[in-house]
Amino acid sequence: MSTIPKELKYTATHEWVRNEGDGIYTIGLTEHAQDLLGDMVFVELPEVGSNVDTGDDIAVAESVKAASDVYAPITGEVVEINEELESSPESVNSDPYGDGWLFKIKATDPSELDGLLDAEAYQAVIEDE
Amino acid sequence: MANRTPLYDAHINAGAKMVDFYGWKMPLNYGSQIEEHHAVRSDSGVFDVSHMTIVDVKGDQAKAFLRYMLANDVAKLKVPGKAQYSSMLNEQGGVIDDLIVYYFTDDFYRLVVNSATRERDLNWIQSVAADFDVEVTERSELAMVALQGPKAAEKLKLLLGDKAFADVANMKPFMSEQVGDLFIATTGYTGEKGYEIIVPADQVEALWQDLLHLGVQPSGLGARDTLRLEAGMNLYGQDMDENVTPLEANMGWSVAFEPEDRDFIGRAALEKQKASDHDKLVGLVMKDKGVLRHGQKVVVNGDEGVITSGTFSPTLGFSIAMARVPAKVGDTAEVEIRGKLVKVSVVKPSFVRNGKSVLA
Repeated sequence: MSTIPKELKYTATHEWVRNEGDGIYTIGLTEHAQDLLGDMVFVELPEVGSNVDTGDDIAVAESVKAASDVYAPITGEVVEINEELESSPESVNSDPYGDGWLFKIKATDPSELDGLLDAEAYQAVIEDE
Repeated sequence: MANRTPLYDAHINAGAKMVDFYGWKMPLNYGSQIEEHHAVRSDSGVFDVSHMTIVDVKGDQAKAFLRYMLANDVAKLKVPGKAQYSSMLNEQGGVIDDLIVYYFTDDFYRLVVNSATRERDLNWIQSVAADFDVEVTERSELAMVALQGPKAAEKLKLLLGDKAFADVANMKPFMSEQVGDLFIATTGYTGEKGYEIIVPADQVEALWQDLLHLGVQPSGLGARDTLRLEAGMNLYGQDMDENVTPLEANMGWSVAFEPEDRDFIGRAALEKQKASDHDKLVGLVMKDKGVLRHGQKVVVNGDEGVITSGTFSPTLGFSIAMARVPAKVGDTAEVEIRGKLVKVSVVKPSFVRNGKSVLA
């Protein structure tokens, strides 16, 4: 059974979102997503400073099995990316909610977060697959 | 319901992620396929290959039958136990399956064929055999594991004990030996030294557990695929099939055109193709970020080819592939990856042997 931390928000496309305060949100792939993809070999991240809209494909997680798009869960500006993933993409597998984070977005409208899934709703999404 | 090998429970106990593989439930990995890959390159790994089909051929005409059915010539096999890579072709020269044939005596051979094509293979073998005085028997009561890696011999020695190991200690590649209940062959699908071991199904779980206790890494289909691709070994159904000849699949070396008077199924078609400019299977290397994948388009001087197998190479740290391309291909080509054309190098389809890169 995959871990789905209660304090995070989720998308149906398997991103998680953590509120870091000051309108900044960290985004990564869920444990379930990394398990489906298998060993990660490359992660292509967006440019810091780029403006993204909800639903844009802004990153690519490439595993031994497949290349998978990562979508922006909220609208805003990319303020930081996880540069460690360049040399250790496997963090996405070993620590998906920690060292394996992908990028941080400064939200244009934090109320957008209310539209994301909570842990329970995300659990239901997985079970439906 | 999908077939289960005798090791099904052992895989579950080892934490395997199981997948459907042509009607069989097989382990994809036991956690990380990259770790399993590295274990085989640097130490040792064991694969369950019990889903493969073992067929014994016996009878006065066994040799004549196989010389007619197979593209390679079993008459080259003279030492008992010797193994040979070969293929069965249709009349058009298309590959029905690739296989390994083991020679015991002129009236006794063993074939190991793929599981994905089991039924078609057995039907084909039986239909060709009908004109010969031979008996064809599927040995479904046997299981099979592959013990591969630079430390495979060391582990096998610990498993068998010094005395029994002495029987196989000096085996050259592509040989086999019956040691008690174990049929041990120096063959494999990884580009490393190692063994394929055929054992009665009721003994395979004990063998498997013994190997795990000796520190051998259980390894799944995921690692098997990256290892074989690095080694430049074809996967049936992906790199070749019934519509592809051995000449178009880098298997020309396993077709014996000599002696000229040996008739084999598909020979006429291959003779004709050999004299023409036919497609060929090459290796591709891409050192940029990204992964070459099965089905991607390859552009060669305005003509098109296709990637038959592509992956990230854990040993090399970049992506490699096998691709079928027009004969006139040069040193570079372009691959269409997610809508973009990316330049790649064209090499011989062999990338890693015995733990080391063979790229120039």
